[in-house]
Amino acid sequence: MSSINVKLRVWRQAGPDVAGKLVDYALTTDSHASFLEMLDQLNRELVNKGEDAIEFDSDCREGICGMCGLVINGVAHGPSDTTTCQLHMRSYKEGDTIAIEPWQATAFPVIKDLVVDRSSFDRIQAAGGYVSVGTGSAPDANAIPIGKAVANEAMDYAQCIGCGACVAACPNASASLFVGAKISQLALMPQGQVERKERALGMVEQMDKEGFGPCSNHGECEAVCPKSIPIKVIANMKREWLKASLT
Amino acid sequence: MINLESNEPDGPIETQWERTRFKNTLVNPANKRKFNVLVVGTGLAGSSAAASLAELGYNVQSFCLQDSPRRAHSIAAQGGINAAKNYANDGDSVYRLFYDTVKGGDYRSRESNVYRLAQVSTNIIDQAAAQGIPFAREYGGTLTTRSFGGAQVSRTFYARGQTGQQLLLGAYSALMRQVHQGNVKLHTRREMMDLVVVDGKARGIVVRNLVTGAYERYWGDAVLLCTGGYGRVFYLSTNAINCNATAAWRAHKKGAAFANPCYTQIHPTCIPQAGEHQSKLTLMSESLRNDGRVWVPQKAGDTRAANDIPESERDYYLERRYPAFGNLVPRDVASRAAKQACDEGKGVNVTGRAVYLDFADAVKRMGRDGVAEKYGNLFDMYERITGDNPYRTPMKIYPASHYTMGGLWVDYNLMTTIPGLFALGEANFSDHGANRLGASALMQGLADGYFVIPYTLGDYLGKHGNDLKSVDVNDAEFGEAEEQVSGRIDKLLSNKGNKSPLDFHRELGNLMYDKCGMARNEKGLKEAIEEIPKIRDEFWKSVSVPGRKDTLNQNLAEANRVADFLELAEMLARDALNREESCGAHLREEYLTEDGEARRRDDEFSYSAAWEWKGEGEAHELHKEPLTFKYVKQTTRSYK
Repeated sequence: MSSINVKLRVWRQAGPDVAGKLVDYALTTDSHASFLEMLDQLNRELVNKGEDAIEFDSDCREGICGMCGLVINGVAHGPSDTTTCQLHMRSYKEGDTIAIEPWQATAFPVIKDLVVDRSSFDRIQAAGGYVSVGTGSAPDANAIPIGKAVANEAMDYAQCIGCGACVAACPNASASLFVGAKISQLALMPQGQVERKERALGMVEQMDKEGFGPCSNHGECEAVCPKSIPIKVIANMKREWLKASLT
Repeated sequence: MINLESNEPDGPIETQWERTRFKNTLVNPANKRKFNVLVVGTGLAGSSAAASLAELGYNVQSFCLQDSPRRAHSIAAQGGINAAKNYANDGDSVYRLFYDTVKGGDYRSRESNVYRLAQVSTNIIDQAAAQGIPFAREYGGTLTTRSFGGAQVSRTFYARGQTGQQLLLGAYSALMRQVHQGNVKLHTRREMMDLVVVDGKARGIVVRNLVTGAYERYWGDAVLLCTGGYGRVFYLSTNAINCNATAAWRAHKKGAAFANPCYTQIHPTCIPQAGEHQSKLTLMSESLRNDGRVWVPQKAGDTRAANDIPESERDYYLERRYPAFGNLVPRDVASRAAKQACDEGKGVNVTGRAVYLDFADAVKRMGRDGVAEKYGNLFDMYERITGDNPYRTPMKIYPASHYTMGGLWVDYNLMTTIPGLFALGEANFSDHGANRLGASALMQGLADGYFVIPYTLGDYLGKHGNDLKSVDVNDAEFGEAEEQVSGRIDKLLSNKGNKSPLDFHRELGNLMYDKCGMARNEKGLKEAIEEIPKIRDEFWKSVSVPGRKDTLNQNLAEANRVADFLELAEMLARDALNREESCGAHLREEYLTEDGEARRRDDEFSYSAAWEWKGEGEAHELHKEPLTFKYVKQTTRSYK
């Protein structure tokens, strides 16, 4: 074990309607620990002293569920090349100061400390992010051939984990990368054709209604996306929406 | 009184499901909206069930403890999903998938259920493809498959290494469509705390709102538990942090029998624990054993770096002990051998609980690029987590708790021993016997949700729906349940201890791995049965849960779950002690063949063990559901 001393500045906010602030903690941790395990350790020390633990979301801790997400030193998911849970303390040096904040966006209100409410993403999904096919009514899976290249490209977009880093990184708090990924996936697949227009119109309308900002091509979303969703999905989304609006 | 009537249809197995569906009582389409169905959990089983039942017209309420249904741990399944499509034209059939699954489960599952699973497997692929899931394809546009352990045919469909994610997003999208249409009411960040039983039937649940701490009561005509397995009883596992057994355990204490808890699957190739701080273990595809060589230092306590240990001082123990299969022995054999090597003090890593998986020969043979082409993404993942470069130094691996075959006992209709309470997916015990084959978990979750429960729930409501007495959340039964739940939460919060729930969870996990993990024996199990209540007593004496109950308090939620694991663990150990044989994932050291292989004892143990809760401080009562095999012949699995 090699230990490392870090200074943490953690966003503490008791609830949605109260002001939050950065609180300083000093911690000696194991450089092999993951970033979230480092927070677990801090929490354990706080709890054992009878103090309130820092609330943060996580679940699978293997980079696929999309539940974790912290802004670390100003960057969504910090220096991790994927999600926050895949970041390890060996990325830091002795004595480093690490500021930890929640996703900040109107459409992602803070619930407590580092936990935000991302139910707006669910509502966008409900507004059209599906193919309307009831259980039992599907044709044989091989009835509709789909080229390998098309399936691969659709899979690139389908990989989105819905973490919301794109929103947190965007100066406009736009959800365009998230929405574009789903619209692009289903626009490519033959199964998605029937509802293609309604989907684009419905999801974009709901996105606006939730209070996400517009996209102005900063590209921050693509830079932080843990699943490397390319920014061209936003162009796809705009094209799909425009086509649907005009026809 | 527990009734283990399996309700298996009689007659030829091939037409059992068809005849059942015909015999079922139907609910008139206009009457379906009069029934309230509560679906707890939104993984593959829960999302697919909630969506399918809402499509039929039932009023559905769906509950999950994460912030969105899409986070459920089904999302982490990598490899694929089995289905008897026979697209590969290689001799697959429903019967073969059925046969492989019963055999893979070491003849400890119910034939009728497994046959139906194999039958509906093909519909799942159709449904998922129609949802727009980008499965892997051939150049001609048809679906492609690969082969997986325990099968000689290629029947596993996949979407890169994220099959679980794509299938869950498909079921989630179907669920959200129903939410949008108003047929499903979605409740996120809610944790089921108790089941409400009225007149012997499941009629509601009490949940805790994890954000506000408020208790909420919901009534229903039926309750579906789709709440996953109990793998985190071992603390360290490949399960997600929030996976827990509380919903199933509370239902168990209300009268649902719990079957075969000792059938827990340990996966041999996980990234080992790096230190005390570890919160979970990450699984690495088993395919690595095709080219990696497993070894430990010959000398116990050898602290030299791997590359400083000369060839002559290494023990390639799998190749030595199993010359025919070598590094490719089945999961349970590989896991057990790793544990033995570590128990002998030859384990590596700072913890001494790891063995090497060495690719030096593979790099020599195939070149670095050849290895990268085959395993590049896994090597990258390994390096990201451990900081070691496996092209240069051997990987370290260790087995980890991965899946639980045991669960709530259910009949052919997926109904537990409490009428009106159903269990789906990993939460039930029904299809995998003593061991689950790879790529079969996704199949079972979706089979239960899409294609079984819509029929069997309809039959229950068709037969009993009109006789159910009308209930209200203000009824005494709801009040009593809530009182118990809130009393327990208050007790946790008012405890002025000095140890975090995490400390207790770790302590329990260490004990379970040690005495009740990959290899079990009478002495160890008896020690565990003595130790667990001591940890439990200590927990209630000195657990520390600061903070409030009326805001988000994840430490409180964890404490509540750990308390239940501390009870479930004891039942698990008792089941393992009772089962005096080795079968599937359950290995008792006293029951091995002369050459060290698992020895099943069919004459005495061809049964499912269903445990009945008899009250606090009372011993569980064992009930047996005999297993008869009319189609599959019980033989010894051989690895030679």
